[in-house]
Amino acid sequence: MMLKLEGMSKHFGGVKAVDDVSLTMNEGEIFGLIGPNGSGKSTTINLITGLYAPTSGTVSLEGRDLTALAQHERTALGVARTFQNIRLFGNLSVAENLWVAQNGHKQRRQHFISRWFKAGGLQDTNIDELLRFSRLHSKKDSLASALSFGEMRRLEMARALASNPKVLLLDEPAAGASIEDGQLLGERIRAVRDRGVSILLIEHMMELVMGITDRMAVLNFGRKIAEGTPSDIQSNPDVRAAYLGTKNKNKEPADA
Amino acid sequence: MEFYLGLLQILGVHTLLGLSAYVVLLTGQVSMAQAGFYAVGAYVAAMCTAMFGIHILPAVIIASVSTGILAMIVGFPALRVRGLMLVVATLAFGEMVRMFFFNFRWQIERDGKLIGPNGAEGFRAIRFFPENGWETGDVALFIWCIVVIVLGLLWWVDNTRAGAVLRAVGHDEVAAQSVGLNLTTIKVAAMALGGAIAGIGGGLYAHTVTHIEHGVFGILLATFAIAYPILGGLGSVFGTLLAVIFIQGFLVEGLRFIGDWRSLLFGALILLVMNLRPTGLLGERMSPLKTLFSRKSPVVTNAKETQ
Repeated sequence: MMLKLEGMSKHFGGVKAVDDVSLTMNEGEIFGLIGPNGSGKSTTINLITGLYAPTSGTVSLEGRDLTALAQHERTALGVARTFQNIRLFGNLSVAENLWVAQNGHKQRRQHFISRWFKAGGLQDTNIDELLRFSRLHSKKDSLASALSFGEMRRLEMARALASNPKVLLLDEPAAGASIEDGQLLGERIRAVRDRGVSILLIEHMMELVMGITDRMAVLNFGRKIAEGTPSDIQSNPDVRAAYLGTKNKNKEPADA
Repeated sequence: MEFYLGLLQILGVHTLLGLSAYVVLLTGQVSMAQAGFYAVGAYVAAMCTAMFGIHILPAVIIASVSTGILAMIVGFPALRVRGLMLVVATLAFGEMVRMFFFNFRWQIERDGKLIGPNGAEGFRAIRFFPENGWETGDVALFIWCIVVIVLGLLWWVDNTRAGAVLRAVGHDEVAAQSVGLNLTTIKVAAMALGGAIAGIGGGLYAHTVTHIEHGVFGILLATFAIAYPILGGLGSVFGTLLAVIFIQGFLVEGLRFIGDWRSLLFGALILLVMNLRPTGLLGERMSPLKTLFSRKSPVVTNAKETQ
């Protein structure tokens, strides 16, 4: 398996943002993570990347325990992410955004001088290829803050790919996009998977999640309430209850 | 003439002070410790030449290395805090350094005279330049050679991946961490580089004035250090250079004729500049060379490519 979470919990004071969640992602899989607002999806990503330290539980990548590692060490091992609210380096050019993100395993093994101070490092073939893949090549010298919303989303995903990750964590990549954009995004995510990257997708746009994920899990109030293929999930009564609510079966009789 | 050459010396050492703050500021850290590193550099270099008869060049290098190491040691704990807390922590360090030299006495006999730091009285007779027959012009030239080397080096670093990484950390630490940058290493490296540059500036400063004392390395100097890159803009090293010329050359020296009103006008002019150019005199990310030598702005060039 690729990525494995075991008994992961994160409590903020009395709030159990993530509560005893276990997940297993296989290699080459597009794995969906859905749930109502505040159900702990983003917190789960933050636990996987190491932005938060878990209250309990472990996370491992290809059998290697990541729990005690710092964020930059996890990136080197192959974890990359995007943010729900796009976080680009707006003061750098498009190409430079990819340049500074070259912190993967192979890139780290380069000689100190060539990694940090090499002349013409910006003309790297890896950067060039990613720019073309993301259809941003014509914009490579403009400031990231000058891009359109869609271009920013594409750049953020390209930046995450610049470290040659094994797992890419996408936090609501379709937020703010139209249905048509969502379909294009689905193709892009598949294309990324075809590059050999496993994907964990958090998303509210159900057409997208149901359409492209191989398997998915549902969180509610920090707990995992279901896991399975998209069709399993669609017919799962607990999931329907979480999203749509339930008839209160224990309603007290009016005149008891 | 002598006056202008003297002014040139002041501009040189202050440019180094400003550049030391510039490097740290690129990573988004406001450090008020630069005057402290400048002070340490001044005392170390002065002790090397005046007490032990070392040549100025190795003395300045020794000063630079020792302040660089000091900055690294200070950087590790200090950079665990951010924003205002970092300002307070670095300010406290600066005052610590000042109070250290207020109490620091270490004098040795040389040519029948006691020489060395003498507490509150300061460190007198740092006379390497006059003893070796350097004229004011020679000193100014020497200082500016070093300034040009440091400026060139920083300009080059700015255009490598290391420079982009410093700016990335300064823009968004969470994003920088998420793409695998080690924040502690990068911030401490910037701090060490800044400290080393402040050490060079301080070492040269001590020899231009021949007498240093704790009082000049106070909060005012720390404020100047951070004001230069902020006023000049973080676009490139030349912003800091321009701001030093503007503040020291124009506001401090050029307005001497209006007497006591100078301080008032000084503040007002800085306010005015910051209002008209919020990202500094040279703006945020524009190499002055590029704007000088190309007619099209980079954005326009891109629009053409897309067509």
